[in-house]
Amino acid sequence: MKVNLKIWRQASREAQGGLKDYHLDDVTEDMSFLEMLDVLNEQLIEQDEEPVEFEHDCREGICGSCGLMINGLPHGPERTTTCQLHMRTFKDGETITIEPWRAAAFPVVKDLVVDRSAFDAMIQAGGYVSVNTGAAPDAHAMPVRKEHADRAFDTATCIGCGACVAACPNASASLFLGAKITHLGELPQGQAERHERVIGMVAAHDEAGFGGCTNIGECASACPKEIPLDVISQLNKDLRTALRHV
Amino acid sequence: MTQNTQNLSPGETSPGTGDAADYFRHGHPIADTKAPDVPIERQWTQRKFDAQLVAPANRRKLDVIIVGTGLAGGAAAATLGEAGFNVKSFCYQDSPRRAHSIAAQGGINAAKNYKEDGDSVYRLFYDTVKGGDYRSRESNVYRLAEVSANIIDQCVAQGVPFAREYGGLLDNRSFGGVQVQRTFYARGQTGQQLLIGAYQALERQVAAGTVETFTKHEMLELITVEGKARGIIARDLVTGEIETHLADVVVLASGGYGNVFYLSTNAMGCNVTASWRAHRKGAYMANPCYTQIHPTCIPVSGSYQSKLTLMSESLRNDGRIWVPKNAEDADKDPRDIPEDERDYYLERIYPSFGNLVPRDIASRAAKYQCDAGKGVGKTGLGVYLDFASAIERLGREAVEAKYGNLFDMYERITGENPYEVPMRIYPAVHYVMGGLWVDYDLHSNLEGLFVAGEANFSDHGANRLGASALMQGLADGYFVLPNTIRHYLADGPFEKLDENHPAVVEARESVRARIDKFLSINGKRTVDSYHKELGQIMWDYCGMERSEEGLNKAISAIRDLRQDFWRNVKVLGAADTLNQSLEKAGRVADFLELGELMCIDALNRSESCGGHFRAESQTEEGEALRHDDDYAYVAAWEFTGDGEQPVLHMEDLEYHNIEMKNRSYK
Repeated sequence: MKVNLKIWRQASREAQGGLKDYHLDDVTEDMSFLEMLDVLNEQLIEQDEEPVEFEHDCREGICGSCGLMINGLPHGPERTTTCQLHMRTFKDGETITIEPWRAAAFPVVKDLVVDRSAFDAMIQAGGYVSVNTGAAPDAHAMPVRKEHADRAFDTATCIGCGACVAACPNASASLFLGAKITHLGELPQGQAERHERVIGMVAAHDEAGFGGCTNIGECASACPKEIPLDVISQLNKDLRTALRHV
Repeated sequence: MTQNTQNLSPGETSPGTGDAADYFRHGHPIADTKAPDVPIERQWTQRKFDAQLVAPANRRKLDVIIVGTGLAGGAAAATLGEAGFNVKSFCYQDSPRRAHSIAAQGGINAAKNYKEDGDSVYRLFYDTVKGGDYRSRESNVYRLAEVSANIIDQCVAQGVPFAREYGGLLDNRSFGGVQVQRTFYARGQTGQQLLIGAYQALERQVAAGTVETFTKHEMLELITVEGKARGIIARDLVTGEIETHLADVVVLASGGYGNVFYLSTNAMGCNVTASWRAHRKGAYMANPCYTQIHPTCIPVSGSYQSKLTLMSESLRNDGRIWVPKNAEDADKDPRDIPEDERDYYLERIYPSFGNLVPRDIASRAAKYQCDAGKGVGKTGLGVYLDFASAIERLGREAVEAKYGNLFDMYERITGENPYEVPMRIYPAVHYVMGGLWVDYDLHSNLEGLFVAGEANFSDHGANRLGASALMQGLADGYFVLPNTIRHYLADGPFEKLDENHPAVVEARESVRARIDKFLSINGKRTVDSYHKELGQIMWDYCGMERSEEGLNKAISAIRDLRQDFWRNVKVLGAADTLNQSLEKAGRVADFLELGELMCIDALNRSESCGGHFRAESQTEEGEALRHDDDYAYVAAWEFTGDGEQPVLHMEDLEYHNIEMKNRSYK
């Protein structure tokens, strides 16, 4: 199949960016979206044009590296990561617009690559259980109700790709925050630092320049790992409780 | 099983001298001297006791560099940070959380015996040594089994959401190559959850100020001063800046080099550069030809393909593997092939392990079926993994609960619904058991350089059992390195180094020169095209099955390709910006050197063992034939210069606790 591509090119953080047109003739349905970009890049290099920089690594939908706005949607029209999107989703002759994540807290590094280090900063602010290595009790010392364990798991599946932020009109990272708050909050191990965790992480969120949540819900519908929207309710509830206690 | 090679006249080719005699020189033998001379059950306790201590107040004066933030590197950085050392942690990804350990799906073994089904430290040790086809080091493997139980405790305490039963306790399942249920898992994302645990512990130390992280940084050279590793040269992948980082000790936990095959289940960025640069500075590379081929991968669909995707091996617990009995049926809809016209070949050939035989056996068996024309799918390179009888027995819901995410992933990639049509699988390069040589302390032969996780060679022998890589990564990072590095650092801090020291300047300048060279060749071929060609050579001649003739061909083809690369590669863009082609060029240049050494190692080892199958060495039934008298050693290769023959150092493998047996899964 043939596709027309409009791709955001931006030489550096400071440079002015813009959309550029490309055409590809030999795209097959079984190609992943990133493999289609690989093919484009091989062509560009052969024509002495610098290849398009984009972030990717595992290409199995789990590392969270990849992430593109495809036709205005984070990771494209299907609910998955960009690396797991296949060209069979698109029509022959279709025009596809590819841009980087849009959020002030995720500045563009080059072309389609953005800086997501603000996510690490939020984890540093309390997204962990403080336990030193070697100091742990036997794993069976603390039973966990299966429903809590399952909910902890469901929310721990966040891959930190940033689609939630890119989807949000306010560029809020509340879904990312809520996922971590809920994951650790569902487990007995996470209780001791529960209040400090939510206060610290929310402060780091605001500090990084993410916007506030107004419960629009675009984040949850864009999340490739289907983190449920109610983690944000959990986040708000935990924050309210914590502010009363600390 | 074993063959004697006596009465050979000098120069005569034998399994003992290997077929690669023209390609290398012999060096002095080596041995591990760090495992204490006490019974194996007491070795680790004794070693920890013997290891010198560093007082808390002195720890912050000691600088540790750790390259890689996967399970081994992330865990080590977090733990050494907790202890109070001054740690610098490097990764090429934009966050430590993205290291490729994250993609490991199936589970992590631990000798907890929570199922009371006869498991023990000794049995885990036994299974691992046997699974590795008696080519791993007993002392290291015993320790791995010993600390495995602590890993689960540590991870649970961190909040890793392992699967639980209704009673609130942890659930277990079994994995290929074993008959007990010792595998802990977090649905099909165990690697992700364990890595996030280590990552969170690491970020906690970043907040505490003991660890500094350098994301989007790639180590491009090791700094050695007077034979000691003292730091690294790294490139900031965003600004292109060449940075010098000095330390008292350097840890490489930079993963495996399976991407030498181009197509593999590794992340696209996985590379050998950190290890290879250390190798060129004197660190021995051990058993480089040991590659694990994983049996349950989604088959290749076309030439544009950039990587392969693994389906968790846990699928073999309930899925049944088969091909049509008649080659003519290979194109038929599998649902139209009646039961008695299907060949469940693993269940037939290996009745006691059935579909759960170890990875090397399952992989090779699939290859033989396809070679015999019974392969299914468009390319004929595939066998069925069928859940029809599991769905009938357990119900669709139960199968969905256990494997749902894997089924979804399969459907997404292939466009086929595995609840309706059996999955197609084919073997793929997955993990390397070779790596830098280390002793019991995980200390390489190069003083001050420690190596952990997949980057070292020690624990898996010629083959890795399922759910044992995560175990090794975390054992090394959480429990082994913190003790052994402490011992090494007790003699520090070492003399302060100046950035203008000639050895440091030389390392930095060589990195600069190399980058300038890539950007100035201005040839005609892309980096990827070289990588693909190298990968094809490696897969064809140094893959699932190897032969003397093929390996000789491969060595000369790689030499030609490498020469062409340095004359004709085309890298656009500049050095002082994000430039992914430039990153790839450096990695492929190193793969082109490693690939040759892998072939030389494979040529020398003219026996079949583990995932390494030499066509010349098989039983009458076509099973792998080891030669313990000749090859029960670790091949540790020394770099002696560009265009010079590598030197082979042999470490004899001695088995005092486990009898070397023919590995049978029938």
